[in-house]
Amino acid sequence: MPNSLRRLSNKLRFFARREKFDNDLAEEMAYHRELKQRDLEQANPALTARDARHATNREFGNDLYHRDQSRDVIGFWFETTLQDFRFSLRQLRKNLGFTVTAILMLALGMAASVAIFSFVDAALLKPLPYRDPSRLVGVFESITLFKQSDLSIPDYLDWKKRNEVFTSLEIYTRQGLTLLTKNGVERVSSGRVSDGFFRVLGVTPILGRDFAPGDDLVSAPRTTLLSYSAWLKRYGGSPDILGQSVTLDGKPHTIVGVLPRDFHFVPAEPAEFWTALHPEGQCDLSRGCHSFYGVARLKDGVTLQQSLANVTSIAQQLEREYPDTNRDQGANITPLYEYIVGDLRPILFVLLGGAALLLIIAGVNIASLLLVRAESRRREIAVRGALGASPVRLIRQFVTEGVVVVLTGTVFGLGLAYGGMRLLSALIPAEFMARMAFWQNLSFSPRVLMFAGLIAFLAAILFSLTPSVRSAAPDMHEDLAEGSRGSAGNAWRRLGSKLVVLELATAVVLLVIAGLLGKSLFRLLNVDTGMNPEHIATLTISAPGATYAKEPQWIALNRLIREKVSAIPGVTNVGTTSLLPVDGWGNTTWFRVLGRPWHGEHNETTQRDITAGYFNVLGAKLLRGRNFDESEDKTKPAVAIINSSFARVHFPGEDPLAHQLSHLGKTPDPIQIIGIVEDIKEGQLDSQNLPVLYNPFNQNADTEFMLAVRTSQDENAILPMLTATIHDIDPQIVAYRGATMTTLINNSMSAYIHRSSAWLVGGFAALALILSVVGLYGVVAYSVSQRTREIGVRMALGAQQSSVYRLILSEAGRLTSIGILLGIACAIGAAAAMQAVLFGVRSWDIPTLFAVAIILTAAALLASFVPARRAATVDPVVALRSE
Amino acid sequence: MTKPDLLPGTLDMLILKTLTRAPLHGYGIALSIKRISQDVLTVEEGSLYPALQRLLIQGWVKAEWKMTETNRRARFYTLTAAGRKQLGAELSQFHQLIAAITRVLQDQDA
Repeated sequence: MPNSLRRLSNKLRFFARREKFDNDLAEEMAYHRELKQRDLEQANPALTARDARHATNREFGNDLYHRDQSRDVIGFWFETTLQDFRFSLRQLRKNLGFTVTAILMLALGMAASVAIFSFVDAALLKPLPYRDPSRLVGVFESITLFKQSDLSIPDYLDWKKRNEVFTSLEIYTRQGLTLLTKNGVERVSSGRVSDGFFRVLGVTPILGRDFAPGDDLVSAPRTTLLSYSAWLKRYGGSPDILGQSVTLDGKPHTIVGVLPRDFHFVPAEPAEFWTALHPEGQCDLSRGCHSFYGVARLKDGVTLQQSLANVTSIAQQLEREYPDTNRDQGANITPLYEYIVGDLRPILFVLLGGAALLLIIAGVNIASLLLVRAESRRREIAVRGALGASPVRLIRQFVTEGVVVVLTGTVFGLGLAYGGMRLLSALIPAEFMARMAFWQNLSFSPRVLMFAGLIAFLAAILFSLTPSVRSAAPDMHEDLAEGSRGSAGNAWRRLGSKLVVLELATAVVLLVIAGLLGKSLFRLLNVDTGMNPEHIATLTISAPGATYAKEPQWIALNRLIREKVSAIPGVTNVGTTSLLPVDGWGNTTWFRVLGRPWHGEHNETTQRDITAGYFNVLGAKLLRGRNFDESEDKTKPAVAIINSSFARVHFPGEDPLAHQLSHLGKTPDPIQIIGIVEDIKEGQLDSQNLPVLYNPFNQNADTEFMLAVRTSQDENAILPMLTATIHDIDPQIVAYRGATMTTLINNSMSAYIHRSSAWLVGGFAALALILSVVGLYGVVAYSVSQRTREIGVRMALGAQQSSVYRLILSEAGRLTSIGILLGIACAIGAAAAMQAVLFGVRSWDIPTLFAVAIILTAAALLASFVPARRAATVDPVVALRSE
Repeated sequence: MTKPDLLPGTLDMLILKTLTRAPLHGYGIALSIKRISQDVLTVEEGSLYPALQRLLIQGWVKAEWKMTETNRRARFYTLTAAGRKQLGAELSQFHQLIAAITRVLQDQDA
């Protein structure tokens, strides 16, 4: 029989008869000692029996310890661990208050960190669901106004043909389509792409086929791919849909494939359908009409700089070849990953940092709790040591207890984190969430679990080492003496104080960050939008091009809608625009100022087509000149209203109303500036105001426009009536995105990001405040309990209550001031690093810092007042007799 | 006088060797080693009993309760066949080691 097997079988035999083994060993040793004593007595007849026994015992040593050593030899490693574990459970149960607090704090800190990390992981760490995503780049034209602006189809075709740096270059755009269903028409989001789009990403449909080369030409039959979710939602996941026909924008399309479940492409999301290009119509064929973004895969060995240089040189060639359309059209290449998630990074890091700080506070708090516990267990430890427990065995006990707390805390923490992830996902507005496809179906990825494991591991180390440090070299004699007051208590108080200062400082940092974010949000929501957003309802309208083919029909429809909507009770003003405020600065046009030298350069400006009553609906302020008139259509002279930024940028020191603008045609078409309106926030709330040019809808009509209605009644109640009115006119018209202006503002990207971060970090900060104040309370209360006798003596010698208060409060005050000062210094540094996510607030905002200092001081005073009161009301007689 | 420590790993060998002559109980083993080494080697109880368990687990000795000449119950350890083989192996290894050390120490040229 091989040695190892024999060992195992012998061990098992012992294991089965453990009690007999223990008894045998004890009897054997007792006999040994007996013989030893007998021999000693025979060798030294002068010795009394008592002395001989003492001498034997001294020489023999601690037989409990010897037996333990022997047991270790024959036992399995897990037996002692199990023993430690059972003992830990008993200890933890005995001290339920401590256990529950520690587990709860760990679970809380962990839940916050893990939940936030899961968002960070899904957005920043998880690779994009494409083949070799690091070689993919976003390809853009570049203009002064927007660094990443869109490509026109003719430019794209030239870039594709002439570049030497991409294995392939494809384009995509987000588009809304009208889907014909059994229940009428419906607006669906979709992507419109060149035929190689999915191939460049390396994505293969799970059902059917990809677009084949040539599928995006006008000559090819119209085909469409389905997203996985649309396949489930609209077709119940049926495999029979391949080859079926679906009517999009009035044209039949054949369904050729279904995309994988984990596929998403954020810049075009939410897309239910994906259609191939089929360039037609004036814009698609015009080199000057930009509405696509590019995505390309870099050839092996080509760097970002090389690709940019190559594409820039192509853009320069095109500038020379087509100066009318391509003047000042540069190029931009951005890694696809950067383009998709780059904007989210600062805010996610701030949130993760906030959660980490909370976790630190929770950890420190538990560590100080453990210290207090180790302190109160001094006697227990000393007794166990005296009875023969080795230091290693004692430390193992602490480690086991720490591990039990951490494991339980981790289980609860993960449960809470899961709830937190669900809650946070539910709080994200649906429209925003639909675009942030990587956050849908958030779950515990292996990385998230590893992150949780790392936290648990660090926590386990912290929690087992903290009490071990205290007990590693116990002064057994002193600890055994009941109620001894040695240097150990003071040492603990010093360490505990340091921990509390750390906690308070961390809480200050969190509170300051929360304060700054809150103030940013407040500033953002109170930013001057140039309008009065109350009582405005909005709706987007899209008329089918087949029924409404010509411009006069568009104008008539727009007018009819406004008339009918005006008749709704409570409606005071009605207007339409090509794009509602607080969305984006996009939709631009080129212009030049007549009478000024012009050499073909492209002045680009944001542009909106509005009806005469639009400014009245918004409550925008006309600074000079007049509004458009309903009668101003193409038969009348072309007119425009500019905003004050336009006047400031393009007519400094001049009277804009004396000027005419023109588009960039060969022959000028004069547009008279007839008014100046105060800046309306057309872009995101946190953006700088840009020049905006407003033209009358009747001179530049479209089948798509956005309705804005001011009502004297509840604007929410009017939304369904608006849709009903439109469908009364023509059920084929799609009316969607109905929302009040305040909702649009509150749910706008910038407001949402600022609000969610302010609330989240605010929540973290509130928890941090509670935890750190509890920590301070613990230290002060412990200090009072340690000094009860001292306080009793002082009072017996005539100290007043007030001086006792002073004694305790001054200690708390000292800790608090150090903590606050340290925290404020760190907070200023931290805030400077997060300037990117602040709006209208400097990182060293004095009122915020001041308010945080006051809040924390007040909370700290309250926390130390309770123990101070206990100290001051101590009965000297009781105190002197205590212990 | 301080007593020299046992070389690490030699205690097991000494116990096995002691048991070649006759089965002994724990105290007997300790006494025998002390006597034969002329009081140079003292086996501490703290090392003896863990070592005995180690040998038991390995199957090199076995333990039985027997009556002593004074009619007391004592636990006697007996060398097993495997134990005898192990002792042989350890002894030859040990002798090689001692011979090597001796050669180094007696080197005249050093």
